[in-house]
Order: sequence, then C-alpha cells, then structure tokens
Amino acid sequence: MAGHDVVESDVLERVLGAAMRTGGEFAEVFIEDKRSTSAGLDDGRIEQVTSGRDRGAGIRVVKGETTGFAHTADLSEAGLRSAAEAAAAAASQGTGGANTVTLTRQPEHRVSPIERYADEVSKTEKVSLLQRIDEAARASGAAVVQVSAGYADSRKHIMIANTHGLLASDEQVRQHVRISVVANGDAGMQTGFQSAGHTFGFEMFDHIDVEELARDAARQALVKLGARPAPSGTMPVVIKRGSGGVLFHEACGHGLEADLIAKGGSVYRGKQGELVASPLVTLVDDGTMSGEWGAIGIDDEGHPSQYNVLIEDGVLSDYMWDYLRARKEGRKQSGNGRRQSYMHLPMVRMTNTYVLNGSDEPDDIVRATDHGVYIAQLGGGQVNTATGDFVFGMTEAYLIENGEITEPLRESNLLGNGPQVLRDIDLLGNDFAMGNPGTCGKDGQGVPVGDGQPTLRVKALTIGGTAA
Amino acid sequence: MSDLQEIADRVVAMAQPGEHIEAFVSRDSETDIRIYEGVVEHFVAAQTEGVGIRVIRDGRTGFAYAGVLDAAAVAEVLAEARDNVQFGTPDEWAGLAEPDGVDVIEQDLWSDALAEFATDEKIAIAKELERLTLAVDPRIRVDDANYADAASESAVATTTGIRRTGRENGCYVVVSTLADDGDETQTGFGFSVGRSPADFNLAKAATEASDRATRLLGATKPATKRTTVVLDPYVTASFLGIISSTLNGESVAKGRSLFMDRLGQTVAASIVTLVDDPTNPKAYTATDLDGEGLAARRNVLIDSGVLQQFVHSSYSGRRVGAKSTGNAIRGGFKGTPGVGCLALQLLPGQRDQSALVADVDDGVLIQSVSGLHSGVNAISGDFSAGASGLSISKGQLGGPIREFTIASTLQRMLLDVVEIGNDIDWLPMRAAGVSLVIRDVTMSGS
Repeated sequence: MAGHDVVESDVLERVLGAAMRTGGEFAEVFIEDKRSTSAGLDDGRIEQVTSGRDRGAGIRVVKGETTGFAHTADLSEAGLRSAAEAAAAAASQGTGGANTVTLTRQPEHRVSPIERYADEVSKTEKVSLLQRIDEAARASGAAVVQVSAGYADSRKHIMIANTHGLLASDEQVRQHVRISVVANGDAGMQTGFQSAGHTFGFEMFDHIDVEELARDAARQALVKLGARPAPSGTMPVVIKRGSGGVLFHEACGHGLEADLIAKGGSVYRGKQGELVASPLVTLVDDGTMSGEWGAIGIDDEGHPSQYNVLIEDGVLSDYMWDYLRARKEGRKQSGNGRRQSYMHLPMVRMTNTYVLNGSDEPDDIVRATDHGVYIAQLGGGQVNTATGDFVFGMTEAYLIENGEITEPLRESNLLGNGPQVLRDIDLLGNDFAMGNPGTCGKDGQGVPVGDGQPTLRVKALTIGGTAA
Repeated sequence: MSDLQEIADRVVAMAQPGEHIEAFVSRDSETDIRIYEGVVEHFVAAQTEGVGIRVIRDGRTGFAYAGVLDAAAVAEVLAEARDNVQFGTPDEWAGLAEPDGVDVIEQDLWSDALAEFATDEKIAIAKELERLTLAVDPRIRVDDANYADAASESAVATTTGIRRTGRENGCYVVVSTLADDGDETQTGFGFSVGRSPADFNLAKAATEASDRATRLLGATKPATKRTTVVLDPYVTASFLGIISSTLNGESVAKGRSLFMDRLGQTVAASIVTLVDDPTNPKAYTATDLDGEGLAARRNVLIDSGVLQQFVHSSYSGRRVGAKSTGNAIRGGFKGTPGVGCLALQLLPGQRDQSALVADVDDGVLIQSVSGLHSGVNAISGDFSAGASGLSISKGQLGGPIREFTIASTLQRMLLDVVEIGNDIDWLPMRAAGVSLVIRDVTMSGS
C-alpha cells in the first residue's frame, strides 16, 4: 500500500472535470485509505483486538458562497464520478461549462520520520504493552482496584487533487496508548489517567516507558484518595509545564480560527496588531513539530504544514486559515485546513498549539504564590468562542499555601475567560514541555492535536469546588 | 429480505465448529444543509456503509470492521477478526446474546414522508429558520441555520440465532445565534426535531435561540455561596446522562460504579423514580431493539429513592449473574456493543417550573451548564460544572448571572432533590428533560 497512489492521476483529472460541470469555481477530491489496529485491556484481560479499514473519497465543489459535498466508499472511476456529480448538483442547481484540469504533483513534505511501521509489528508485541501496563499499575499499591488500558495505531494515506492543478499526498502514522486506574479508599474511589501519543512508528515505545506511564496514572489515583474537596472562589493558579496547553488551545486558539472570525463569532475579531495578552506570551500553532500528535506533512487540503506565530509578545499577529477563508481574504492559507475523515468537509483547525518559554524558574513561581491552586494535570474543557468563557476539569491539583504545594484536591472544574486569562498571566517559566495527546472537537469532527506550555501563573481563576 | 441481512447471514454461515460469530451490517445516508445570510453555505449529501464482525472462540474475542461491503472486503474482515481472536484473554463470560423470548414492542421509526422530501424544500426550511430567528430581536445575529436528516438501516445475525433488521430516519433543524449589546456578545441556540419535517416547530426554535442569547446580556458574576438550584429541563437531561453511567452494569461488574454495592438501598430522595423506557414512543431515542438485537424494554432503575437494578447487556448480565435488560448500545459497525441507558426519564411531579421557583427563597435557575465531561467524575462522584442562569430571590426570578460553577457530589445531589416538575420535555438526548430542584449546592463565583 505504501507509496502507490490509491487512485491514478488521470482518473482524478476526469473526476474533477465532472465536478466542475455545473459551473463550480473550485473542486477538490480528497482520498483516504486508512488501516488501524487497536487493543483494549480491562479488568485484567485483553478484551479485544480490533482491526479497521476505512477507505473512501470526499468531493467538494465551491460555487459562490456555496460548497457542495459528497463522499463515497467506492473508489472506482464510476463511483468517484457519481460522487462528483452529487457534489456539483449540491453546489448549484444551474449548469456551466466543461472544465479540464491538469494536475501537478507536489513534492512530499514529511515531518515525522518513521522507523518501524506498526503494521510490521506483531499483535503479540502490541498486546504485551497492555499487559506490562496492567502489571505496573497494579503493583503500585494495594488500593489499586481496577486498570483499563488501550493501545491504538493507524497508518493513513491521503491524496488531494484540486482544480488549481494541485496533486499532493501524505502518509500519516499515529501510535497511542492510554491508561485509566481506579483506586479505592475510605472516602470512596478515585481515578488516575495518563496517555502518550506520537506521529512516529512503533519505535515510539523505545523512548516511552509504558510502565512508568502506568505507575504515574496509579500514583495520581492513590494521591487523590487523600484529597480534600477543592476550594470555591477566585484565586491565583499555577499550572505545571505540559499540563495546561489545552487551556490555550481552548481559551484562545479556537477564537483565532479564521472561520469563526469571519462570522464575528470570536472575541479576537478585528484585534490584529493589538495587545491581547500579557507581553510574556508568545503563542504558536505548529504543524511541523516532528513526532508530535498534531503534526502533519500536509493539511487535508494539500497545503504543507507550517509554523505559525499567532500571538507574539502579547500582540495578536495572525489567525489560522483554510483554503476557503484565505481565498475570500485574498491571502495565503496557513496549513490549518483539516478534517476528521473523507466523510467530512475541511475547516480551520489547530495542529500543535503552544506557549513559548519565559524566564522564570518554576520553583520560584510556586514560592511567589501565597495562597492558590497548583494544577498538575488538566482534563478536558469547553469554550464559548464568542464570549471567551471556558471551563476545564482539574484531574490532578493541589493547594498552594505560603508558597508551598501542600494537599491534593478532589476533582472540580476551573472556570475563566480566555482574553482575561491571557492578560492575567503574570509569571512564565523556562521549563517548556508538550502535554498529553488530545482530540479536538469542532462542529462534530474530531482531529488529533497537541499542546504545550512552560509552568506559568494566572493571577485569578475561579475554582469550582465545594470547600469554603 | 434486505441485502444487508443477506450479507450478515452469509458471514454467520461461514462459522466453523467451535466458533461464534456476530455480523452487524449497516447503511446510513444523511443530508446536511447550512444556511448563512440567506445563502447555502454547504450542502452535504453522503452515504456510508460497513460491516463489523465479532468472532468468539474458547472465550476469546476478536473484532474487525471495514467501511465497504464488497465480498472481498467482507471476507478480509472475517479473516482479520479470526486472526485477532488469538490475542484475547479467555473470558468465561464472553459470548453473544441469545434470544430471550421477550416480545418486541414495535416502534414507528420510519417516515416515508421524510424519505421522499424534496431537496429544495429542505433548503427552504433552513432559510425560513434563519429568517424567523433574525426577526425575533434586533440584537440577534445568526451564526448559521441548519437542516439535517439521516436514515439508517441495519441487520444483525449471530450463530446463537439472533437475526434482526431495522431501519429508521429522522430530521432536525438547529440555529446558532449571537446577541450583541455594546462590547458584549452572548450566544444561544434553538432546535426542533422530528420523524418528518411536518413535526418541526420553527417559530419555537427561533424564539428559544434568540432568548438563550439575549437573556444573558448584562449578566454578572455572582458571589460564592451555598444555594438551591432549579435545573431547566435541558440541564436535567444532561445531569441524568451522567447518573446513567453510574447505573451501567459493566461498570458495576468491573468495580467502577459508585452504586455497585447499593442495590436495595436508598440512594435518592423518596420522590425520585428513574425509569429507562425506550418503548415509550414519545422518547426521542425510542427503539424496539437494543444493540445486540434483543427486545428493548422498560426498566425501573430507582423506585421511590431505592436502587432497584442496573442496566445490562448479555455480557455484563452474565458476569453478575443477571440477565440482559436489553441495554446493549452499539455506536455503529466500527465497534462491539457496550452497555447504557437507552431512554431515561424521571417520573414527573405535579407542578410547573414557575411554582417550583416560587418556593425558592434564595437560589438560581440554571439554564445552561458546561464542562460536564471535564468536571464530573462518575467514579468518585465529584460534580462541578460551569453554569449560567437567573438568580432567584424570595420566589422571584432576578437578573442573569454567568461565570460561576455549581458543585456537589452525584451521591448528594440525588439525595438532595427537593422537587421534580411536571414539565417533561422529550429532548433529542438519551434522557428526557424535566425541571428539577436540588438544595445545598455550592455556587463558586467571585
């Protein structure tokens, strides 16, 4: 499968011609062929190994402000033509002229070298990772009562051809492992979670110690057995390196997506060149970050991934762009046109979003905080991009008292406002790290993303606990 | 006989001695139309199909799927599933569902009117929704107005003698709004669902979308305190969705339900009766079959505050020495069935929301919550959610408030239920909405 085209370029040229028959201004064929393997362990057993095959094409036709889209799992010329005609009809009720397209192949743009493809690794080796995880987590303490773990790999070929003559392809490889631990104590059960994911091959597990990851998930559950209720009210919050990048993803990243900007659904509309954050903050979206979970060679519109500076020293420098939004503004796209699969339309999406290092020592940041909360792991979150209001789960957090990290806290949400948080960052560490792999959801589509940041302090956030 | 059933039958017929096979085959089609400023922004017409095959041998399970249905692909999926069997750990409870004699209560899940509905009429409905929404209030902008419909047919067959086909379709409209006042912007949404477009109430969707956004303009951040909350029906439905995961038989079997040792005990206020009833045709998720092809049925989970039973698939039931309650849930051909509630509802009380509010001396009407997936841990029971709504003082609704959280634990919230409204709302979720009063919740703000 590797290296060869799923569909020949002369077929694509004819299909694109058919797609333009109703007078479209732009047409595109996106082809995907993906094989995946996953394995789940729960309750001490390998419950199931799953093999999956997803293959198909999505065709869009743009005419004026309208996009018509159809997809098919039939990759024969007849199947593709029929989808092209459906997309063309969807984009327009009228008729236009014929259109001929000549495709020019783009050079490959690989950002993550692969040493060992997972489909060349035995399933035995894959499930043994899970067994090692189970043993390591259970050996962490007698209070560990349940462990579940999942392994997943995928190898995806994508091919994009459009009526501008672009013909681009990429191979996207991912490996992921996740661990959930339940511990039981006098005050009930607590949970711990860890995960790792990269766009490398199976060699990822030469560098990541899954047993260490399992022990960390167990440690988190065990520590929380003695946790007290989280406080309520507004206070300073210190966020450990690599655990809060998701906050920037949610709290401002989404608001910098050009499709939201265009419709006025973002608090950052019209703010280019303005100071929108503490001057300490430089925020980047970087699809080229080799091996990271959100790294891509090309985006799902065939544009090479890029390193894009969104906020520089607190000043908003640029938004993120896909083809349609860039076309409208007469500018270049930024490699942020992504989609979940061939069944979905592309839209503006992040890749790896992170805050660059500052100059403070992480220990000094805690010492400078008299009373507050230290977050060692943030869970999922949600943002309203129009208002900037967000919430996040704190899955591992501690009190800070008199400049020291003290007692663990039970889980709660953390609430704030994106633009306000960016201004309220008053200390920024020099210890940058990327965080856990994430899946970003937008408009019903999930895509893999990464995030990261150094240890930092936000002057005031609302902690949604129950304690006074 | 449908071509899907033929494929499923053919796979099952290939079972070798000592091997159990389940084949699930489905075909789905959807239309998705988005209108922005009176113009079609996108029009998606799509069809997907696929097969998922589960093979069990000597207590070991293997699974594979493919999003194509040609004979070669189906054969490859079966071979992959068989290959995957050897890597599973033997599990004495592993197995497929077996026919249990429970009669299927037929549901009317298919509308010919929707299947034949013309494309330009679908576009016209979405445009009309945008127009109606803009007309409600001058401060409203429409982010997008959408019409969508979906049709699905499926077939399942097993070597244990289950053989079922089903089909259903449905449609919805949803509109997203922005309300502006000076520098401030708030957001809202409104929707309407139906078996066919004749069921839509566009005017109601438009009004709700406008109201949800405008009612929060000028909202303030409240002070931190302990208080009584009145949950809007939509919020209650989300809350019940979380409660349902604690009543999941698989979580119970694997020791991660906080109610696992509480059968027969009081877990909620005595006015709380919680029922899972997919056979009620009013429920949005009404169905006649569960994900394993067994008859869907009515199950009383909490009766007058006492925990009666958990919901089970055939697997989780076998593990705890109970039977399947017809609660297997299948997310499509790409996975094996899990366990879950199908159509939850709290039995309603006697009074409407305004009467419930009138009895609250100091509290808040919660109109929306956020971060339920992040701030609630259904295993420890910790509950914390971002919220917005209206303050309540001496039985009267006051000004809008936002940027606060409400927190308690799931265990306490069930016991702290003060009253349930009579305003059951059959929302497009796995739980019905109803107004719900809960006391002693911590509100965290400034």
